[in-house]
Amino acid sequence: MGNEAIGLGAIRAGVRVALGYPGTPSSEVLETIAGERGGGVYVEWSVNEKSALEVGAGAAMAGKRVLVTMKQVGLNVASDPLMSLNYLGVKGGMVVMAADDPGPISSQTEQDTRHFGQYAKLAVFDPSSPEEAYLMIADAFECSEAIGRPVLFRPTTRVCHSYASVEPLDALAPPEPAGFGREGGRWVIFPRLARANHVEIERGLLDLADRFSSYPGNVMRGAGRRGIASGGVSWLYVLEACGETGDECRMLKISTVPFPARLGAEFLQGLDEVLVIEELDPVIERELILLAGQRGISVKIMGKLSGHMPYAGENTPDGVRAAIENFLRPRCAGAIPSKGEAPPSAAAPALPVRPPVLCAGCPHRGAFFAVKEAARGRKAIFSGDIGCYTLGNALPLDMLDTCLCMGAGITMAQGLSLAEPDALNFAFIGDSTFFHTGIPGIINAVFNGHDIIVAVLDNSTTAMTGGQTHPGVGRTLMGRPAPKMSIYDVLSSIGVNDLRRVSAFDLAASKAAVTRAIEARGVRAVIFEGPCAALSKKEGRSGCMVDEHLCFGCSACVKKLGCPALSFSGKFARIDRDSCTGCGLCKSLCSTRAIIGGDER
Amino acid sequence: MTDCLIAGVGGQGTVLASRLISSAALARGLDVRGAETIGMAQRGGSVLSHVRMGRDIKSPLISPGRADVVLAFELCEAARASGYLKRDGLMVACDRVIQPASGYDPDAMRALLEASVPRLLILKSGAIGAACGIRALNTAIIGAACARGAFPFSIGDMEKIIDERFDADGSRMNRAALRLGETLAAAGEDREGRGERHGDD
Repeated sequence: MGNEAIGLGAIRAGVRVALGYPGTPSSEVLETIAGERGGGVYVEWSVNEKSALEVGAGAAMAGKRVLVTMKQVGLNVASDPLMSLNYLGVKGGMVVMAADDPGPISSQTEQDTRHFGQYAKLAVFDPSSPEEAYLMIADAFECSEAIGRPVLFRPTTRVCHSYASVEPLDALAPPEPAGFGREGGRWVIFPRLARANHVEIERGLLDLADRFSSYPGNVMRGAGRRGIASGGVSWLYVLEACGETGDECRMLKISTVPFPARLGAEFLQGLDEVLVIEELDPVIERELILLAGQRGISVKIMGKLSGHMPYAGENTPDGVRAAIENFLRPRCAGAIPSKGEAPPSAAAPALPVRPPVLCAGCPHRGAFFAVKEAARGRKAIFSGDIGCYTLGNALPLDMLDTCLCMGAGITMAQGLSLAEPDALNFAFIGDSTFFHTGIPGIINAVFNGHDIIVAVLDNSTTAMTGGQTHPGVGRTLMGRPAPKMSIYDVLSSIGVNDLRRVSAFDLAASKAAVTRAIEARGVRAVIFEGPCAALSKKEGRSGCMVDEHLCFGCSACVKKLGCPALSFSGKFARIDRDSCTGCGLCKSLCSTRAIIGGDER
Repeated sequence: MTDCLIAGVGGQGTVLASRLISSAALARGLDVRGAETIGMAQRGGSVLSHVRMGRDIKSPLISPGRADVVLAFELCEAARASGYLKRDGLMVACDRVIQPASGYDPDAMRALLEASVPRLLILKSGAIGAACGIRALNTAIIGAACARGAFPFSIGDMEKIIDERFDADGSRMNRAALRLGETLAAAGEDREGRGERHGDD
């Protein structure tokens, strides 16, 4: 997998400290390093991206090679230290991997980290494949050390989660960490230092733009009066459509920010038309237009800005092939059959959609249902957050009214309570998100006397990204035992006095706890506890079954809970034995006690 | 070049299945490139694993209408993935039904699949579950496709990969499932199973 290649590539490059916060599609890089690390590599799931970047900054100032991993929206959280760190610089190579997600497939935004690099004045490396990523991460470390500044490494989902055959190479020998030196105030940012370093940064970027023209990751080939420029995984789609050689057109592949101006100008010289194929923002396209303008090259540049390529969503091999066919042979567009066969022509009937759902046995289902029942008949607004529990928005639970970004549910509920004072303002937050950015929002609520009910959904893991540790788990990524931080104690010490803790699978107790919270005022919290079903599986419980003599087919269990193990045969409820974990939530809904099992073994 | 698409519901094990197939192809000295659905869709959504085996592969994604073989671990997902199949491509599916919230009629879905996929083998998941356990369903489907010559490796190659991947119990269960898949492919009630050849072959 691409992320494994990046992790192994970082080890090869001599990474000493690797940190991050999980986020699709980035999470497996750190897990790979944790699984493979030899002596001396330190790995850490930090509580959030900002913390990870700052821990990394300290280590890199003292000369260690540091990798910090996150998804693209995690970079927003880490952007404060990163922007300033570029002005201070680093001694050890520091690579900040921010994985972008065209589509988006598992994200809130389609932001482009290359663009972020331009804004933050950072170099960016943009691999097109797992094998290139394996090599390029070492280049990124070397570049960072050479310029003395952090660099960004930006793979996309189809690089992170695709796989390829990668030849392992011998480990590189980076310089020994020099240790920390005060160096006459070099590490203390002041306006005067920032101004001086800004000049250095701009000079360095111009120098890099020139050096990147001969960087092996930036490639030009082929001949003709038409050109195709691309980068990232789209480059592979271009190669698949055009072949390696580019006998019909000139081809340019760009994998760096800053843009390699000399190579770009060479590419544009003598071309009539260029089609730019890239995902997310038109970064390469803008650079080529700028270059043509600066150098007075007369060439028509087409892409996202000209409406020739779609602005949103990921590219596909077929989409790229069609765009290239249309570009190279515009007059016969449509007349040329694409290579291979067309998809079956028979119009496929609409199939039922299958959106992701909370797993069978998920403790969040019980928590959502308890809140729904307790708040029934009351005006209520349900603010959600980022994690598996975002899936609480799906029918039949239908329990999310807002979801913005990590930690925002708690704070947005406060704003909503100002606008809707007669509503119950609930905020759902998971345990990992609570530690990530949830706590300051609760402090804000207590400090300013807001009227909200916080529902903490504590499943003892970072579930959506595959079960990573966090401060409430009691174990670090190094495998060391850690103090198990109690969310109850944290809330209590902040001053949340109306505070209850219940089992998410105990519907009666959960409803009672929410009802009491509804009756109170101020900041109230209910912590719903229950282990993640994906991690605990069927440990210790028998699955549930329907006694068909007792079930009279009201289908309340099926209609109210939306558990994927439950279905309706037309006469009776049915429970899929293979997926049922025996959590027993459906038992508490059944008026005829037709659901049996779910007992502890 | 062999393009294999695996379709299922998040949690069914498409990623492990693609790893088994990739490993067998790699062991044969072929290049492998592919892509997985990882993230939110793994929570019970529709998932696809792309596995491309051969030489000089560029894209990790298989385009619609180009897969040589589609393996489907769920009936509705089989229908959803059928557009990826080449006209003469092979689909090995199963009759396992995992109802999405909106629900569907399994008989109608099966009829739709039979009408649109000429080379289609649907295995009975109940029988496989009873014989080897439902967790080995995917391996039985791989075994059936293998027996139909869908892959650039043999059932024996796959057995070696299974031995490497699983502990003794897991290996026994998956080997049994692999061979059961082979048997089911030979006894298949589709045209190829009855010894007829498809018109385009």
